[in-house]
Amino acid sequence: MIEEAPVSLADAPTRRLNMIEAINDALDIMLERDPNVVIMGEDVGYFGGVFRATAGLQKKYGKTRVFDTPINECGIIGAAVGMGAYGLRPVPEIQFADYIYPGLDQLVSEAARLRYRSAGEFIAPLTVRSPFGGGIFGGQTHSQSPEALFTHVAGLKTVIPATPHDAKGLLIAAIEDNDPVIFFEPKRIYNGPFNGYYDKPVEPWARHADSVVPEGYYSIPLGKARTVRSGNALTVLVYGTMVHVAEAVLREKGIDAEIIDLRTLVPLDIEAVQKSVEKTGKCLIIHEATRTSGFGAELSALVQERCFYHLEAPIERVTGFDTPYPHSLEWAYFPGPVRIGEAVDRLMKA
Amino acid sequence: MTGRTSLPRPGGNLPPLSLHVPEPKFRPGDKVDYTHLDIPPAGVQPRPDEGCAAAETNPLATDLIRVLDDDHSAVGPWDPRLDPATLRRMLRTMALTRAFDERMYRGQRQGKTSFYMKCTGEEATSVAPAMALADDDMVFPSYRQQGILISRGYPLVEMINQIYSNRADKLKGRQLPIMYSARDHAFFTISGNLATQYPQAVGWAMASAIKGDTRIAASWIGEGSTAEGDFHAALTFATVYNAPVIFNVVNNQWAISSFSGFAGAERATFASRAVGYGVAGLRVDGNDALAVYAATQWAANRARSNGGPTLIEHFTYRAEGHSTSDDPNAYRSAQEREEWPLGDPIMRLKRHLVGLGEWSDERHTAMDLELVNDVKAATKEAEKNGILGHGLHHPFHTMFEDVYEELPWNLEEQADQAIRERRSKWPEWKES
Repeated sequence: MIEEAPVSLADAPTRRLNMIEAINDALDIMLERDPNVVIMGEDVGYFGGVFRATAGLQKKYGKTRVFDTPINECGIIGAAVGMGAYGLRPVPEIQFADYIYPGLDQLVSEAARLRYRSAGEFIAPLTVRSPFGGGIFGGQTHSQSPEALFTHVAGLKTVIPATPHDAKGLLIAAIEDNDPVIFFEPKRIYNGPFNGYYDKPVEPWARHADSVVPEGYYSIPLGKARTVRSGNALTVLVYGTMVHVAEAVLREKGIDAEIIDLRTLVPLDIEAVQKSVEKTGKCLIIHEATRTSGFGAELSALVQERCFYHLEAPIERVTGFDTPYPHSLEWAYFPGPVRIGEAVDRLMKA
Repeated sequence: MTGRTSLPRPGGNLPPLSLHVPEPKFRPGDKVDYTHLDIPPAGVQPRPDEGCAAAETNPLATDLIRVLDDDHSAVGPWDPRLDPATLRRMLRTMALTRAFDERMYRGQRQGKTSFYMKCTGEEATSVAPAMALADDDMVFPSYRQQGILISRGYPLVEMINQIYSNRADKLKGRQLPIMYSARDHAFFTISGNLATQYPQAVGWAMASAIKGDTRIAASWIGEGSTAEGDFHAALTFATVYNAPVIFNVVNNQWAISSFSGFAGAERATFASRAVGYGVAGLRVDGNDALAVYAATQWAANRARSNGGPTLIEHFTYRAEGHSTSDDPNAYRSAQEREEWPLGDPIMRLKRHLVGLGEWSDERHTAMDLELVNDVKAATKEAEKNGILGHGLHHPFHTMFEDVYEELPWNLEEQADQAIRERRSKWPEWKES
């Protein structure tokens, strides 16, 4: 039996969870609710995942629901597409977003286009979970943010949560969605909301309001942004780890900024973006990914096209540099408080 | 300047290495001599138990399973012993597939569509497996298995509607001709990207096993596409999970202009690759419909009883160009087709049936005429719905549908834009 969600989440009992626990909880709930949900990936079964996201699930649901795969991302995504065609709802994991590329053809040419090319005869209701982003001394192949490769693909949805509360609700929505969803989990904030000050101890999620997570089933609609804080001086468009970095910098500078956590990049909450920039007249876009042709370029173009007559200053983009992600110079690469601060200063002077 | 600016010079007394770039035996104008091909007599290949270990199929992965002998009699342990009515149905379906190809090829030349691909000479590799499988076993074909759809009774008119991208095309004119999709005939949507369907078939088969279903999956690729990484992914996944799947490799000797040597055929048969993965491997005479049927039946029984996957290499010859965009005279000898030692699959089955006293030249001629007329009638019927580029297509808005389950705001805006452009070009235009 499928339990109905509580009418008001405010009435639901809550727990404090970190992001990994919230993701694990979402997977647990969906395995329970829908017998067609299966979880597969490298080390996700018996071991419970290299980040513990699937811990305990194989024991609870059995080896045909949660299982380990060969080390072959093309096979993982390709098999998931076939399972989706059968009628399952697969949730494949790619261990690091940096390793999603061997599965790219299956994602771009197959999963994304299955519904379109078959006129709806076959669908690919997959949710590809993958840890992404830097800030953990992961070097070139454990730090990348390849979201722009996916936002460019018609037929894919791209979701990036920034809090445990959102991670659970968005992951449940992604699994229930009948379109293929790329679900990038910023691994830097699995355990706590990283604010960019890498030389200070990590804040655990337990002290953050958004670690209060309702028990049981709830979902957060895809395509809806979250206003992290309202303000009038400046709009900040941001997602993932950078939500917390931006928040810290703007709080410290005492600027009345409106911070919008996009949560879903495709489909984008264009209304929230447009409304905010029209109010503030200034726009700062922040992402960890490299700059050129990054998702920030799309955001910037959209704001320019739709809010041109409201803009009081050039749109600013704070991003990673156009280099592979370095190891030793990580904090010189990372778009941290100094780089964000400079851009904010320019915008406020304009 | 940094970095290497020139290649290192060969050193010492070591013999210089040399790069081997495969070259086909015959090029345009060459006289063809197939004596190097090892064609064993029919009927001598053993038929192991369907539940045998994959390694036991090793001899069959380098042999060639044949049922029809030089006199067109069915011989040996692989004879599927089909009744004459089934044999006639098989013959008719292969002949219909060829008649359909002929007509559609001409349709492309007449400008009724942009593109077509024939399967001439390979009809047995799709029709016979389709007949040996259950109708609800899921097939993941490449673009040269139209015989499966025809075998499963998919309406010819629907196939032609798709080829013409007309207003009745079930795929709404979105797909290149022949990239069919027919879920109600358990026929998976064809993709232009080679070999992607192989791991998908494995996933479908895994899903069937997860659910405790009894249906199995089968997939097809050409020998050229076995070089894709998806081939390796599929065989690895299939063996790891003992997936109920049949892999067909249609080795028709040519991948557009590249001969099979560029997929590694000079060193090993394609069936022999299976055994290295722990997958059963069978190599069959792909122009012998009875051998193809028997091999599929063996593999299907194996898969259905949880015996795991099988790879079947169909040794055949691509008698025509790769597609309507290809001229094979530019890279291979025209004699190849005429001299092909395994003959023509339709003629071989026909002679077998005649030998049984169950068919005759007269009946065959009459059947061919009937099939040509059937295809012609279907073509006329489909043409009522329009041909490519003649205005009878799906409504404009359908271009934006099915990208996602629901239209996001950007596609709504772009759909409006497309209709605005249309009105600006043709002010009188109304969306039908």
